[in-house]
Amino acid sequence: MSFFGFGQSVDVDILLNDADSRRRAEHKTEDGKKDKYFLFYDGETVSGKVSLALKNPNKRLEHQGIKVEFIGQIELYYDRGNHHEFVSLVKDLARPGEVTQSQAFDFEFTHVEKPYESYTGQNVKLRYFLRATISRRLNDVVKEMDIVVHTLSTYPELNSSIKMEVGIEDCLHIEFEYNKSKYHLKDVIVGKIYFLLVRIKIKHMEIDIIKRETTGTGPNVYHENDTIAKYEIMDGAPVRGESIPIRLFLAGYELTPTMRDINKKFSVRYYLNLVLIDDEERRYFKQQEVVLWRKGDIVRKSMSHQAAIASQRFEGTTPLGEARTPGPLSDSGNRQ
Amino acid sequence: MSDTAVADTRRLNSKPQDLTDAYGPPSNFLEIDIFNPQTVGVGRARFTTYEVRMRTNLPIFKLKESCVRRRYSDFEWLKNELERDSKIVVPPLPGKALKRQLPFRGDEGIFEESFIEERRQGLEQFINKIAGHPLAQNERCLHMFLQEEAIDRNYVPGKKQLNFSLEAGRQRLTKIFEYSSYTQGKSKSSHSKDGLATL
Repeated sequence: MSFFGFGQSVDVDILLNDADSRRRAEHKTEDGKKDKYFLFYDGETVSGKVSLALKNPNKRLEHQGIKVEFIGQIELYYDRGNHHEFVSLVKDLARPGEVTQSQAFDFEFTHVEKPYESYTGQNVKLRYFLRATISRRLNDVVKEMDIVVHTLSTYPELNSSIKMEVGIEDCLHIEFEYNKSKYHLKDVIVGKIYFLLVRIKIKHMEIDIIKRETTGTGPNVYHENDTIAKYEIMDGAPVRGESIPIRLFLAGYELTPTMRDINKKFSVRYYLNLVLIDDEERRYFKQQEVVLWRKGDIVRKSMSHQAAIASQRFEGTTPLGEARTPGPLSDSGNRQ
Repeated sequence: MSDTAVADTRRLNSKPQDLTDAYGPPSNFLEIDIFNPQTVGVGRARFTTYEVRMRTNLPIFKLKESCVRRRYSDFEWLKNELERDSKIVVPPLPGKALKRQLPFRGDEGIFEESFIEERRQGLEQFINKIAGHPLAQNERCLHMFLQEEAIDRNYVPGKKQLNFSLEAGRQRLTKIFEYSSYTQGKSKSSHSKDGLATL
């Protein structure tokens, strides 16, 4: 939270009405630190108070007006002067006059549109914040409070698997498959690599998650690639006919939803990069885009239902809750 | 129907591997040994040759076994041909050792046993690195170097085509590569998103 204004004779604070009940979410700041901010979704009302506390109760505060704004803006790091505001709402709290005692001003921004998710990246930042301003002749007193916005999606209707045969002619032919093309942020990538032809000496294989942040338009497009994860899926030399499984849990990595052409200013896209390395450190790779999306939290089902699902996956386990009576070994011995 | 909280992480179905594939010889066998250095000639006209023996089961090589004699300048020729014609960054050769060729040395100069052994090792590393490179395997100069009795320096440089397609029905495609550690940050091939071509 930033705090401008000198000659502070007054402390300004912005407080939300639902501060007790509203959830907070962690969000990375520009310098890499993680902070918690109040979490909002699209369409939610933002209401609260701006409280003024006079430092010296005997001194009056003359002002040219008090207002509070709700702002959503995109800031490109290479062009800091120009903030692009895509949401800008203002409420006047007080006409020019005097503040003689500490007081609070209520405000409400009803059903505010928040079309994009908050994002702090390498070259661009998208943020939402409340800004309270006390206008004065020489210098304003300004207080900002950042909030975090998440955009939620539901399970996509169409979510086909990605399956492709790629290779280098007469050298290396593989077929790779990923079970979906769209994954939510806590999802699992389940896939496999099938070797059709192996005429090179492979040493190991890994799968990387690459984030590509694209800023700028036309001739000034700039891509910033960042390898978020490297996950070895095979160690050793495969031969023809071998299948290597992939199981990559996304919840362990710092990921955001795929953001496409946000306000025509930037994009954030994710790619899976399958890399095979041979014994002379040569790298053979295939990149494939995956769409990431944010799932809303669901109410957890009862534990027994979850256990029932889990047990169906493994042959021979007994679901919890079934009575197990001790008996001769031949009866219970077949359970794994 | 509401979704479950537990993700399905079961493996995807895959074809069981044929046992002859599983236990048979791998299709990537390629070994090149450099040994038996011999110094030929007399006086100032002496030079050392090395035996280059190759064993492989890669179809791109006409002979599954070959044995030729090569000298250091032959390796230099190969390096130059590859640097000019192929897109790969060619690994370094062991040193030229010009200082060792100056007169009035206390030792045998370039015919010193330890030096020959050092050079032999360097040449072996060099040729193995190159011969395993899919792009280099495409160059006629490599095949001539490894499998023909003598190097014809007036040859016509070009790419080698397989005489037959082993995988019937697949189309021929250009090989696309990108190397990182091999090129140490400098890539001779045009930047491509993929290091593998889609069939």
